[in-house]
Amino acid sequence: MDQLSTFLDSIPVLGVVFQLIGYLTATVPVIAPVFVAAAAPVALGALCGIMNERSGVVNIGIEGMMLSSAFTAFLVAALVAQAIGTGTPSPIFGATVPILVGLGAAILTGMLVSALHAWLSISIRADQIISGTIINILAFGLTSYLNRLIISPNPRLGAGIFQPLGLPSFLVDIPLIGWLFRGFLAHGPIAISVLILVAFLQIWLFRSRWGLRTRAVGEHPKAAETVGIDVIKLRYRNVILGGIFAGLAGAYLTLELSGSFQNNMTGGRGFIALAAVIFGRWTPLGAFGAALLFYSAEALRVAISLSPPVGDLGNVVRAIPPEFYGALPYALTLVVLVAAVGRSVPPAAVGKPYARETRA
Amino acid sequence: MSDAAVRPRQPFWRRGRVGQVFEVAAVPVASVVLALLVAALIILVSSFVTTGSIDWRLPLVAYGALLQGAFGSQSALLNTILQATPLVLGGLAVGVGFKAGLFNIGGQGQFLLAATAAAGVGAALATAPAPIAITASLLAGMLAGAAWGWIPGALKAFSGAHEVVTTIMLNSIAASVIGWLILGPLLAPGFSFGRTGDLGNSTLPIILGNNIHLGVVLAVAAVPIVWWLLFRSTLGFEIRSVGANPSAARYAGMRPRFLIMFTMSLSGLLFGIAGATEILGVSHFMIPSYGTSIGFDAIAVALLGRSHPFGIAAAALLFGALRAGAGLMQVLAGIPVEIVDVIQATILLFLAADIVVRRLFRIRAERGITEVQTMTSSYAGRAG
Repeated sequence: MDQLSTFLDSIPVLGVVFQLIGYLTATVPVIAPVFVAAAAPVALGALCGIMNERSGVVNIGIEGMMLSSAFTAFLVAALVAQAIGTGTPSPIFGATVPILVGLGAAILTGMLVSALHAWLSISIRADQIISGTIINILAFGLTSYLNRLIISPNPRLGAGIFQPLGLPSFLVDIPLIGWLFRGFLAHGPIAISVLILVAFLQIWLFRSRWGLRTRAVGEHPKAAETVGIDVIKLRYRNVILGGIFAGLAGAYLTLELSGSFQNNMTGGRGFIALAAVIFGRWTPLGAFGAALLFYSAEALRVAISLSPPVGDLGNVVRAIPPEFYGALPYALTLVVLVAAVGRSVPPAAVGKPYARETRA
Repeated sequence: MSDAAVRPRQPFWRRGRVGQVFEVAAVPVASVVLALLVAALIILVSSFVTTGSIDWRLPLVAYGALLQGAFGSQSALLNTILQATPLVLGGLAVGVGFKAGLFNIGGQGQFLLAATAAAGVGAALATAPAPIAITASLLAGMLAGAAWGWIPGALKAFSGAHEVVTTIMLNSIAASVIGWLILGPLLAPGFSFGRTGDLGNSTLPIILGNNIHLGVVLAVAAVPIVWWLLFRSTLGFEIRSVGANPSAARYAGMRPRFLIMFTMSLSGLLFGIAGATEILGVSHFMIPSYGTSIGFDAIAVALLGRSHPFGIAAAALLFGALRAGAGLMQVLAGIPVEIVDVIQATILLFLAADIVVRRLFRIRAERGITEVQTMTSSYAGRAG
């Protein structure tokens, strides 16, 4: 076996590929948590996108929803911490009252901003892409303004972050599959909730009355209205509920990942989420898989910085400039998107404002 | 204005040529007024948050400082023009896209890549004769911008990937590419931080005051050129047709794929001029972390200007004035300059919710739809 791998690795050019495969199988268990941690906010954003687009509303504003939620999560948590102190963290996840209040504020913000998007795109019937863009610009402007006004002058502002779940060692040490537990469960509550929410929404969307109605409204609102579904109401409800996911994604960035707020800290994740929705064919499971795929590049970067590969592969890796890894998730998203579009069909009524009593 | 609706004969501002301008400009102007009122409210609230008491005069002080900083002196006025220059070019870039039903939100990447290309070529030709050096660096920037705009155009034309997602991805990729270029092949030795070399003869000449460079002339010239292209040339007619109704355009024998790629390249080219002139005329060298929000600002300009070149020029001057005056406002009234971003976004909010604005100001609805409302129709792989 060892001889075989040594032989394969020594083949010119192609050998590097085998070395890469060997390197990846060796490191993936170690860096598995990075995958999920990096993919969690994108997966949550994608769930928001699915809620919107399945009911026929395009949402380009996920980025702005995430950013504004990240901001209120941080600010509210910090202000509560300042007012009543952090108290003793709970044994699970290290949750404190301020962090939990901040989480609630983030969810509320996500819903509020979504309500604005719903109003603009459903009631006002503005172009939905313009509406989403305005939400992005508004979120960027307001958070930068308030950041400068409130957060920057008080550098000590902060409420700490959720702690990752401590897994019992017997679970992690199970051979072959132990790393899976570590990869998916050694996280804070929001990242873990992603797994539950993805499964939940997948079932809800395809196995429940609500799901059937939502998909009907997204595919053929006229037909849905004919059988007595209130299209406008259902779209409003789904867009606003979708805001919960964007809110969680924002809270994840400030209350679980970093513990601070920076301008534009979402860094395009809301848009990668949109690509994940398309590549995942408008299904929660597919979008989650897409998010994991997009951030495999990030995991690779961490792997290389933690344990640099040796041999020919090491030489290749050293020749690649570090900026390459920064661009990789976006490039991967781009390539995958180009390959997926056309083969994955969006809900038929997506982007079309619905007006009662008019011809379609 | 309110009793105009009941009068049988329309007042002069609703008739003829003036009436046409009024019909197009009424909602944008009303949106600007409303946004300034909302921002005044935000200023009041933030004064309460920071000081604990409401200073009712603060909005007046702030807007006074803003006006003074934008128009109060000759240098203020020139600064407004300087700030408006990239906004005119960017606004035209986004506006041209809107006319073709394309939404280029990748202006930032196109701008940054063009700026880097211009800085690199400019530094390489620092000792060449000025006309050659300047022309070559400008061309390098234009080409880089056009190429970076062409990519999402080609992706859309051939695979149907929507430009809203692809251009954003290309923005992030551009940030990495310029980081690699500036810290690698274009790195100038002998500085304490990573930057490109001195421009020497490639620097754009100053033509007015002490900061109005040749790029301002390019921006001013671009307005009528783009207007002519869009409204007086066959190509412009085709661009507008594809934007208004892709399938009708195809049946009429136009080439949507070519037009999509051409328009995105043109859009990138205009962002490229903006990037190149900002470097060659204002910053004089490029750094990896060069900060710009031109992509979003240009969208705001194009929307406020109704995608019309002359409207875009007016909107760019307004936003240029806001940016030029914001510095003085921060000094005199203690309002962070980021309030300009808030005003900008609020204007857009009112533009989108134009039904509300119309009701408030009793403005009649326009005839026909604006090209902006066709944007979403091409979303997610159903390109024309």
